[in-house]
Amino acid sequence: MSTAPPDAAEIERRVAAFLAAHDPAAVPPREFLRARYDAGLAWVHYPEGRGGLGAARAAQPAVDRAFARAGAPGNHPERNGIGLGMAAPTLLSHGTPEQLDRFLRPLWTGEEVWCQLFSEPGAGSDLAALGTRAVRDGDGWVVDGQKVWTSMAHEARWAILVARTDPAVPKHRGMTYFVCDMHAPGVDVRPLRQLTGEAEFNEVFLTGVRIPDTDRLGAVGDGWRVATATLMNERVAIGGQAAPREGGMLGVVTRLWRERPEVRTAAGHDALMRLWVEAEAARLTGERLRQRLAAGDPGPEGSAAKLAFARLNQELSGLELELLGEDGLRYDDWTMRRPTEVDFTRRSPGYRYLRAKGNSIEGGTSEILRTIVAERVLGLPGEIRTDKDVPWKDLPK
Amino acid sequence: MSDLLYGEIEDDLRAGVRSLLDDTCGWADVLAGTETDAPHAAAPWDGLVAMGVTALPVPEDAGGAGASWRETSVVMEELGRAVAPVPFLGAAVLGTAALLAAGAADVLADGPAVLAVPLSTAPGDPVPDVRADGGALTGVVTSVADAAVARTLLVPADGALYAVDGSAARITHVTSLDMTRRLADVALDGAPARRIGGADAVTAALTTGAALLAAEQLGLAERCLELTIAHLKTRYQFGRPIGSYQALKHRVADLWAAVSQARAVVRYAAGCVASGDADTAVAAALAQAHCSGIAVRAAEECVQMHGGIGFTWEHPAHLYLKRAKSDAIALGTAGRHRAALAELADLPPV
Repeated sequence: MSTAPPDAAEIERRVAAFLAAHDPAAVPPREFLRARYDAGLAWVHYPEGRGGLGAARAAQPAVDRAFARAGAPGNHPERNGIGLGMAAPTLLSHGTPEQLDRFLRPLWTGEEVWCQLFSEPGAGSDLAALGTRAVRDGDGWVVDGQKVWTSMAHEARWAILVARTDPAVPKHRGMTYFVCDMHAPGVDVRPLRQLTGEAEFNEVFLTGVRIPDTDRLGAVGDGWRVATATLMNERVAIGGQAAPREGGMLGVVTRLWRERPEVRTAAGHDALMRLWVEAEAARLTGERLRQRLAAGDPGPEGSAAKLAFARLNQELSGLELELLGEDGLRYDDWTMRRPTEVDFTRRSPGYRYLRAKGNSIEGGTSEILRTIVAERVLGLPGEIRTDKDVPWKDLPK
Repeated sequence: MSDLLYGEIEDDLRAGVRSLLDDTCGWADVLAGTETDAPHAAAPWDGLVAMGVTALPVPEDAGGAGASWRETSVVMEELGRAVAPVPFLGAAVLGTAALLAAGAADVLADGPAVLAVPLSTAPGDPVPDVRADGGALTGVVTSVADAAVARTLLVPADGALYAVDGSAARITHVTSLDMTRRLADVALDGAPARRIGGADAVTAALTTGAALLAAEQLGLAERCLELTIAHLKTRYQFGRPIGSYQALKHRVADLWAAVSQARAVVRYAAGCVASGDADTAVAAALAQAHCSGIAVRAAEECVQMHGGIGFTWEHPAHLYLKRAKSDAIALGTAGRHRAALAELADLPPV
């Protein structure tokens, strides 16, 4: 017999009961987080037995706030964005019960960090062109190829991986989705230094890496469908932040304007106010999108949110440098480092300007997003395709 | 944060207004109307009055519908979609807002009241020099929108707001850029007048007008986008629909994103005006600063992406272009509103 999912009051009772039984000050953090998962209070919209209660997604923020108020240890979501935002929902929708048993709990507690092995040097916007090969070998697969733009690869225990299993069929049909053990022999992680001087990302070379067939996610040849589900989660994750008025990069520039009158110019003021208006419009658009989601009527505006975010970050960080004049000629530090999270506000204006250039490339370029909006939202005809029915191995590369 | 969505009542209201405008205000009618001397189209205006949507924010005891500016904003969206040649902005928005702010809604019992300011006036701008001498007004107000329908003219003079019988003014129609919103010069020569409020009522009316005009701009932009998309899907050149060319599809994708932003900004402004929110001045200035450019861009892209046909008199694109450009000047340009925002947000120019 199925029971109705618990409502907000019932969830609140369960959180209180859990906290009464598990004193955050006394229980070791790892044990506390595992118990919270087992109690279904990790991500309450997940099913029972998988860290959730089958509740509404909207119930989660109140739960997180209650645990934070009680001084409970966190699972450091900033260190495991790929795991929580992309791997977990993909596992949930396509994983076997055994895979869910093995992976979900340590993923949520942060004991096991995840990374993503999708993009390749020859497959960026056209991800489906990827050429990393997975060849069947007994009860497993042998993988050879090169992946790129992999954040957290040097910290990760597991990766979600898409590889080509059949080069003789058109590109979208010959891929398969795997979970890859980042500690397996043949996995070589090298930092990829970017134009800011640091290396948030890595290149990952895969040479004769063995993956058991039990770590395949979805059917053989069904990798594109599974990967598409993952990428939809990525775009939601990147475009959806809530912000107060003058939050984010706009706040950085308006503070500069107010605190340092000597940077003010007529042209600077014109640019600042145009961007102030754009940023406030983008903020209200995000708020309206959230209200639609809360009302159970998600609109397609999410696709536009990332476009606006990228443009604003780039324009504002560029304006900041120009306003600074001579100070804008200096940079804080070109030392090669490997940060595990990106923080625009703690670094210099030069860093902000340079890092923002990635905003219109990562997670789908702005050009690809415009094409998606035009074709999927507005229903305009597709591009003329030359690769549609051609076997992958015969495509020009 | 106020509710930025539409309620069921608003959806019904929209459907009713759209149906009326479809019946009485097709663009062929609108185009034909531009070549007559009639200052507005009678059938859609009479229909709107009969539906009661011209008095939505007026309290029921003053003969109104007891709704709010939020619902009126939805009506404005529909009027923008249709480039409807009706005196709604001058009478049902600016005039009504001025009377509500002055606490003189009873004046509406006589018939439509129109705010007599140049249509380009922004909230807080100086108004034309009209003298009030012992209950009589003398002066000229140029480029007034919708003056012909005024039973009462609401005239700012000597730092206050006066009511003048429409028949006591000399109204001279001028040729306006927007053929669907006729302008007139209003001359007063010792016209009998009654003081009904202070200058703050004028500012309040212009602020409400700025928020509501943005809704018209939203509806106009949305309609231009729809017309353009329909054309891009059906127009073939070089053996393929022109909408399959990335150079065009990326531009309409950006335009669609801009229109969805305009919707959020418009709903926020309408909500603030309706509830008298402390953020109303910011919300209204933001709405104008943001939506003016989007409406103009939508209309200009509509002309350009239609190619030759978009440059003709017989295609409706020019009606939208003229309304959009005129709206961008009406109640203050985007630049004027950015200057207002700079002051409100404490971001001084120097």
